[in-house]
Amino acid sequence: MDAAVQSKAKVDIKNLSFYYGANKALKEISLPLIDRQVTAFIGPSGCGKSTLLRVLNRIYELYPRQRAEGEVILDGENILNSGVDINLLRSRVGMVFQKPTPFPMTIYDNIAFGIKLYERMPRSELDGRIESALQRAALWTEVKDKLRDSGLSLSGGQQQRLCIARTVATKPEIILLDEPCSALDPISTAKIEELIDELSAEYTIVIVTHNMQQASRASDYTAFMYLGELVEYGPTEKIFTAPENKRTEQYITGRFG
Amino acid sequence: MNRSLYAGRKIRNSIFLSLSVFAALFGLVWLALILGDLCYKGFGSLNLKLFTEMTPPPASEGGLANAIFGSVVMSAIAVIAGTPIGLLAGTYLAEYGRHSRLAFTVRFINDILLSAPSIVVGLFIYEVVVVSMGHFSGWAGAAALTVIVIPVVVRTTENMLLLVPNGLREAAAALGAPRSTVIRIVTWRAARAGIVTGVLLAIARISGETAPLLFTSLGNNFWSHDLNAPIASLPYVIFEYAMSADEGWHQLAWAGALLITATVLTLSIVARVLESSKRS
Repeated sequence: MDAAVQSKAKVDIKNLSFYYGANKALKEISLPLIDRQVTAFIGPSGCGKSTLLRVLNRIYELYPRQRAEGEVILDGENILNSGVDINLLRSRVGMVFQKPTPFPMTIYDNIAFGIKLYERMPRSELDGRIESALQRAALWTEVKDKLRDSGLSLSGGQQQRLCIARTVATKPEIILLDEPCSALDPISTAKIEELIDELSAEYTIVIVTHNMQQASRASDYTAFMYLGELVEYGPTEKIFTAPENKRTEQYITGRFG
Repeated sequence: MNRSLYAGRKIRNSIFLSLSVFAALFGLVWLALILGDLCYKGFGSLNLKLFTEMTPPPASEGGLANAIFGSVVMSAIAVIAGTPIGLLAGTYLAEYGRHSRLAFTVRFINDILLSAPSIVVGLFIYEVVVVSMGHFSGWAGAAALTVIVIPVVVRTTENMLLLVPNGLREAAAALGAPRSTVIRIVTWRAARAGIVTGVLLAIARISGETAPLLFTSLGNNFWSHDLNAPIASLPYVIFEYAMSADEGWHQLAWAGALLITATVLTLSIVARVLESSKRS
């Protein structure tokens, strides 16, 4: 990695290993996540890309017997330290999941939930925040007349954009997307990719995807992982046109994986 | 194709089917007979006096007002006291404890409580409450019913919370919500219909319990709202009157049995509707 790239890192992952019980799922991973750029994690199923994503907001800690070793430096602080307030960390590092997960409440309350966790504000201001979050997620025009309807009444693609709106509304610094389009049709997928592009102006974004075209279209940097190891990392254009590693080349051209 | 093999299998299939249908019908017939008999004998005894007059002395007319009131009050107290305890314990098992040794133990004991004969619960409350107070009382009856409500609510709450997908918990936690907020605002809400169903089933369960009341609230032939004194209840009145020789008492016992059955049926239907509306 050249020094110029390194200095703009929002997150620096250093020698990160991860265990499910005794099973080592990540092997000494090191890579930077560049500030306000989109980084894609690609690789065949089971390679550890989702696991790596789930370390970045420590969501894995909801489950016993899962643990991480190494360092994940976010703005100079190792987030794996036991002293880190895990809820505050998650308010800074938002996450959107593979399956849309609207809460069983109104569209309005779905977004208000995250905002109210860390902020108190008058109703009119909250209304404004919710409108702008929905606009950022390209959902406002579709739901502005039914904010009091249940979030579950929306279509799959709309639900996923609601989840993105919910994450954006809490003003995180980093957004993690775990295969956000795998349950969506091509039109919804296109909308979300457009959205990712817009959001990358303000947020550091990490996306896990199985879709090579998506990675090449939507990301600035790409990390190719295989069997828990980081095989190759670099600017997306370079990874997709002139990969250094043979396995990377085979994977992106569809010859294995 | 081997025709005789196929023919043999067809015959075995019809024998198996007939046996299953017969067993199902055999069970249903008795239920239908019980309900039919209850309706036949109970409907004739239904009248407004049931709700306005007290339980009568032998060979005179009366109603069940004091018994209905006593049952409603004791059940209400049992539900009000038992639901929060059951809800929180079930939440511990599903959300916090899960695989811990404590949760395993609590779950095991709860299962025993759930299937413990209710007469044992009555004897326990007799020892702990009636003996120490020195007399039978409505409070003791309510306490016995509470002990029956708790394990039902614990079990249904835990099961309903386990049905909530982990993705929902992860999504709420990923926004920075502490565990207790995730539970109160997201998982409880997602499991609400099921948890309410559990409470309704608990009410249905206690509304017919007689044994625990024999040792605790006893009975009372007069209007009483003093929970420190013995208080009437429907199951107790049914038990007492059905065993007597008085025809008027028999009629009241049938009417009381019909009232309880109708209540349980209504609660079960409401519970079913709630559950199916949750699934859709």
